[in-house]
Amino acid sequence: MTKRRVVITGMGMLSPVGNDVQASWAAIKAGRSGIGMIDRFDASEYNTRIGGSVKDLDLNTYLSPKDARKLDAFIHYGLIAAQQAVEDSGLDQFEQLDRDRVGVAIGSGIGGLEFIEKNVIQMVKSGPRKVSPFFVPASVINMVAGNTAIRFGYRGPNISIVTACTTGTHNIGYAARTIAYGDADVMLAGGSEMATTRTGVAAFSAARALSTRNDEPEKASRPWDRDRDGFVLSDGAGVLVLEDLEHARKRGATIYGEVIGFGMSDDAHHITAPPEDGEGAARSMANAIRDAGLEPSAIDYINAHGTSTQVGDVAEVSAVKQVFGGHASKLAISSTKSMTGHLLGAAGAVEAIFSVLAVRDGVLPPTINLDNPDEGCDLDFVANQSRNADLRVALSNSFGFGGTNGTLIFSRYES
Amino acid sequence: MSTVEERVKKIVCEQLGVKESEVQNTSSFVEDLGADSLDTVELVMALEEEFETEIPDEEAEKLGTVQDAIDYIVAHT
Repeated sequence: MTKRRVVITGMGMLSPVGNDVQASWAAIKAGRSGIGMIDRFDASEYNTRIGGSVKDLDLNTYLSPKDARKLDAFIHYGLIAAQQAVEDSGLDQFEQLDRDRVGVAIGSGIGGLEFIEKNVIQMVKSGPRKVSPFFVPASVINMVAGNTAIRFGYRGPNISIVTACTTGTHNIGYAARTIAYGDADVMLAGGSEMATTRTGVAAFSAARALSTRNDEPEKASRPWDRDRDGFVLSDGAGVLVLEDLEHARKRGATIYGEVIGFGMSDDAHHITAPPEDGEGAARSMANAIRDAGLEPSAIDYINAHGTSTQVGDVAEVSAVKQVFGGHASKLAISSTKSMTGHLLGAAGAVEAIFSVLAVRDGVLPPTINLDNPDEGCDLDFVANQSRNADLRVALSNSFGFGGTNGTLIFSRYES
Repeated sequence: MSTVEERVKKIVCEQLGVKESEVQNTSSFVEDLGADSLDTVELVMALEEEFETEIPDEEAEKLGTVQDAIDYIVAHT
């Protein structure tokens, strides 16, 4: 059978740099950091007191107070991004839509941690009868996808892939294949996260994964810089509307770009750290390039995983050099996490959106805070300022705990 | 100090996301106010908290209307 072409026809986002796609992309192009002090709980006793939060969000614009109360924040974020994406795509105005052929693949790395904490505390304090009847549906990971289906009446495939920080990328890749193989005509795909909670920050801090640059939050996320000291934990959600090209054409949808490749692999090495040579990451990229039917030299831009950790950043550079050889020094590679921080299970989704927009607008997003590139970090990281370039193909990487890797490739849409 | 009736109605409004004007004494939580089975469990938990009492499950199941809840609270607190 011939695989069907899959295009992007809608996008929605909540992130530390903006409460929709437009605001977030403007901030990224301007090189603005969204990192600040954590104010969701009292972090004064924590080694890390900085994070990237969603700011000034009016939940009532999107959700009734009753619904809001019954759902964890990660579900609020995911639902809001999904609603923005649906409205952007015009699907809500398309009367002939066959909802049996519309599905959802939205995951989360962590799930409803804040709701879990609240109920555990309540149970320890006052006994098991004080656990909310909404505890499970408010906190399990597939409930962004479930609530999205209920809200819009989408009765096709409904799934939430959970692969730590690769979650967003894997859900988008899976959703694209679901369309390519004919199981659905439209998929909402992405990830959502709100893990900046008391235990979330304590746990990543205990794993020595987080930056402790508390006095300069906006400079804390500094991929490939010699003075980087860990990632910055962030919240938000990204959702893309993926659509069969013919379906999109027939209804006259605006097409942002095309999903042309998806690859996966695992390091089989360590629960949290990649191998120094980035061997698993290299195979993930190579698999995606093969899936796209391209030569490595066709890739113009890489939106890196680039979290600002000591080992991870260097390993990814090494992986890029293995895959691209001489072309590694010609392509551009940047980390938008330098501005957004690390949205864990939502990271791959917001970065997919930035990659699609980079190609559409011909703009390379910068890596900010890159003052002194570390030893071995010698690629074109688009340091500190965005710049214009003629782009056709972008690749986006995500790597997660468990050694799980995912890579997506997007191209400019050409009929 | 509000009456039991006022306090019960206030909680019903908060928990079920309905307006005060929609809540009559005869209103059924499920039929009239749109509660599902999980909503009713949480409503009972909120009443327990407000009136510092414990409503056994077999009693809670009998509380079908706003008046049922008011009567139960008046009789047991």
